[in-house]
Amino acid sequence: MALQASKVQVGDTYTQKLTDDLSRTQIVQYAGASGDYNPLHSDEIFTTKVAKYPTVFAHGMLTMGMTGRMVTDFVGDGRLTAYGVRFTRQVWPGDALTATAKVDAVREEDGKNLVDLSVTTVNQDGDVVVMGKATAKIDP
Amino acid sequence: MAAKKFPVEAGHIMMFARAVGDPNPIYHDAEAAADTEPGKTIAPPTFYQASAQFDPEYFLRPRIGEPWFGSGKEPTGVPPTRTGGDGGTGLHAEQRFEYFRHVSPGETLTLKTRPGKSWERQGKRGGNLKFSENITEYYDESGELVVRATGVGVRTEKVVESD
Repeated sequence: MALQASKVQVGDTYTQKLTDDLSRTQIVQYAGASGDYNPLHSDEIFTTKVAKYPTVFAHGMLTMGMTGRMVTDFVGDGRLTAYGVRFTRQVWPGDALTATAKVDAVREEDGKNLVDLSVTTVNQDGDVVVMGKATAKIDP
Repeated sequence: MAAKKFPVEAGHIMMFARAVGDPNPIYHDAEAAADTEPGKTIAPPTFYQASAQFDPEYFLRPRIGEPWFGSGKEPTGVPPTRTGGDGGTGLHAEQRFEYFRHVSPGETLTLKTRPGKSWERQGKRGGNLKFSENITEYYDESGELVVRATGVGVRTEKVVESD
């Protein structure tokens, strides 16, 4: 079900829990599916001994992809016209993530109804891990 | 470099949707997808990045018979001069997608890549930060632009410390 311009208001929010406990295995799944095998995301020995991080961490694109589920669940299948984020903080195994969309504008452009959203995903400490914007076509 | 051709496959979409934790049937059940508004399976919003699978020279995938910078016998299979020895790393700072339509299995996309803007900024934690944009445009078989992806990479001079 797509959103309807007549039923959505600036300031409305939609929140979805993405994970309670991000596993290293899900990060490996993402490496396999995306093709990004950077050892920083799966190879503990390389990441701690060579790159000097405390442990492996999620691909930014995994967090963006997980957050995308919240966005498409909110606006409907095939409705997105734009989606972009900044990666503001690393996501570590064990993190719990919650994503929220907030309606910034409901507008018309070239006869189409559009909604502009702010998108934010936070970890268990409330720290923002990705933040960005999305735009979707909605029904009148 | 990037992939030149990106065949969009149903199994790939299913695996990608699983990896990002999205159980929406439109990504893995063709029958259920037929009852949705698009009427068929479509790619999830960030799937386009997985075109890396079809880049024969993608640097973040081990290449057959060549040393790999991840661990094996040693913590890295490649001498540490790669980063200048200071532990600095390249990270993904930002990613944007513009969708002109959403693609489905069976399509083959053609990619065109070009550099975008680049700039520098003094970071609080990681020393000098060098940003650069890379733009990838995905065209369908009739030559229509379907998706434009803009990635922003950042190189840090030191390891980024977590708080």
